[in-house]
Amino acid sequence: MNIDNNGFYGDFGGAFIPEMLYHNVNELKENYLQIIESESFKKEFKYLLKEYVGRPTPLYFAKRLSKKYNTNVFLKREDLNHTGAHKINNTIGQILVAKQMNKKRIIAETGAGQHGVATATVCALMGLQCIVYMGEVDIKRQAPNVARMKMLGAEVRPAVSGSKTLKDATNEAIRDWIANPVDTYYLIGSVVGPHPYPDMVARFQSIISEEMKMQLQEKTGRDYPDRIIACVGGGSNAAGAFYHYLGNEKVELIAVEADGLGITSGETAATTQVGSEGIIHGSKTLLMQNNEGQITEPYSISAGLDYPGVGPLHAHLFKSGRGTFLGATDQEALDAAYELTKLEGIIPALESAHALAALRKIDFNANENVVINLSGRGDKDMETYIRMIQ
Amino acid sequence: MKRIKETFQTKNNILNIYVTAGFPKLNDTVEIVQELARNEVDMIEIGMPFSDPLADGPTIQNSSEIAIKNGITLDFIFNQIIEIRKTVSIPIILMGYYNQVLQYGAKSFFKKAKRVGVDGFIIPDLPLDIYQKKHKTILNDLELDMIFLITPQTTDERIRLLDGQSSGFLYLVSSYAITGSKSDLQQNQIDYFKRIQNLSLKNSKLIGFGISNKESFNTACNYAEGAIIGSAFIKALKDSNNLKESISNFVKGIKG
Ligand SMILES: Cc1ncc(COP(=O)(O)O)c(C=O)c1O
Repeated sequence: MNIDNNGFYGDFGGAFIPEMLYHNVNELKENYLQIIESESFKKEFKYLLKEYVGRPTPLYFAKRLSKKYNTNVFLKREDLNHTGAHKINNTIGQILVAKQMNKKRIIAETGAGQHGVATATVCALMGLQCIVYMGEVDIKRQAPNVARMKMLGAEVRPAVSGSKTLKDATNEAIRDWIANPVDTYYLIGSVVGPHPYPDMVARFQSIISEEMKMQLQEKTGRDYPDRIIACVGGGSNAAGAFYHYLGNEKVELIAVEADGLGITSGETAATTQVGSEGIIHGSKTLLMQNNEGQITEPYSISAGLDYPGVGPLHAHLFKSGRGTFLGATDQEALDAAYELTKLEGIIPALESAHALAALRKIDFNANENVVINLSGRGDKDMETYIRMIQ
Repeated sequence: MKRIKETFQTKNNILNIYVTAGFPKLNDTVEIVQELARNEVDMIEIGMPFSDPLADGPTIQNSSEIAIKNGITLDFIFNQIIEIRKTVSIPIILMGYYNQVLQYGAKSFFKKAKRVGVDGFIIPDLPLDIYQKKHKTILNDLELDMIFLITPQTTDERIRLLDGQSSGFLYLVSSYAITGSKSDLQQNQIDYFKRIQNLSLKNSKLIGFGISNKESFNTACNYAEGAIIGSAFIKALKDSNNLKESISNFVKGIKG
């Protein structure tokens, strides 16, 4: 389940980039493994994850949720990370890579704003300039995160083309990188984009399943669960939660996409259900497009899942059958969020609520161990939650 | 009958003008290209509008968005080229993104393009190794050119590699830039053009990105066989209320 020499997972991945990006992407490709496998890097990465991010995150046995679904439900509490989501695992890793490569200016794209906040945070920590591209639509629906980025010293630049969401913010970030190739590092927020990004980001997020193994061993006497459930926007939290179990067929890997208003409604972000093979943001993968190859505009209530592609790893998990792909509509996600809040006193991010919604769609056996990757907390979504509860 | 090669053999200071198909109105493209040819432009680059054009600046992005809204499709473009070819004999190059080619079906795309009278392609996000593995043979068989880009960051070694694989010409991206984002050529760009001149490459070269007026066109012609103008022309079309007149004025402004 690893990439080949050209950065492909089976049929998916690679680096479909204009020549203007060749030098930068190649520089990263030539250096990333050597950097992240060095002892000094590992030491600093682990140190920051522990002391700054607050890892390891708990693997919490959700008693009342378990009772309701008549199985053993564990929540991997990525919501308890500093800045409130899994995104910071990746930004800590990449900012150390950027420093190693002597880059002075950091650019990023963001959807929900979680990756933008996590990037602005590590830039503040390292004293580096930070520019975050964010779709105009997302700037409106994720206002608290925009304010956080600004307070952290980042410049938030609105992406005004296309659907004005994550896809377009990503286009703008890539164009910035083309125009500023020498001093700039593109700190991508998910397991998407040209090789080596999907592999590098998956490696940084793999801390999630690395901890899970030890925690499950301790709590259940076995270092693997029966199922892992994670939501998929680009796919980074899912990649991290699945990573150390990709080769263990006993573990069912369940990816939950955002159905939006339903997969036949035309208002959806369920890429594997309505998409086909093609190229988006430099990667060959599954994406939502028409028969002319024009990328279509996705829709989800959740800004972090509102993306018309999935990372190449997930395209491969889907095509090979290794992964199970489910979907949750806006309403199902909202219901699941309210349910978790009532039963366990945890307000999840809207993205993570999609993973929780899968609980109702699976026939569990009584004594299964199920891990749900609770990728983030709901603070940023309060406005939506308050509006929708009425 | 390799039109591009012949053009470089017989002409100097080549002016290649880019136009987005289906812009400003869906049916304008045939007339625009005919007018360009009538005004003695040497080569035409027709942009196949794409929803996510990573290598293009705001002007061309915007024109692509409008063209897509106008209802442009690849088959529509092919039909426009059939019309164009009834009167126009200068080389026509299609510029677009690899996903469009893949969804059409690469083989059908190249064959169809050949049949309607296209001479070459610029597909910026088509990786060199994939071109070699999957498409080079058919392009050679059809006598079609694949034009690769080089940038100020491209190493001499890679330039030679791209020169070896390119046919038609090499597209020299003038600066660290997306299309249309910089004006005037700076000293460091000129140093870069000179570096490439000194490599004595097999292909002819056209300079593109940021060429917008007579002055930058002339400078480009000192270091290459000519230049490509895109965004500046699209702007002229956008502001025009008489296409014929605007096109003639634009070309005279560059070449006259
Ligand atoms: C809390 C949370 N979960 C999930 C996602 C989706 O991203 P990915 O699929 O890369 O984990 C986001 C993205 O913003 C997020 O903020």
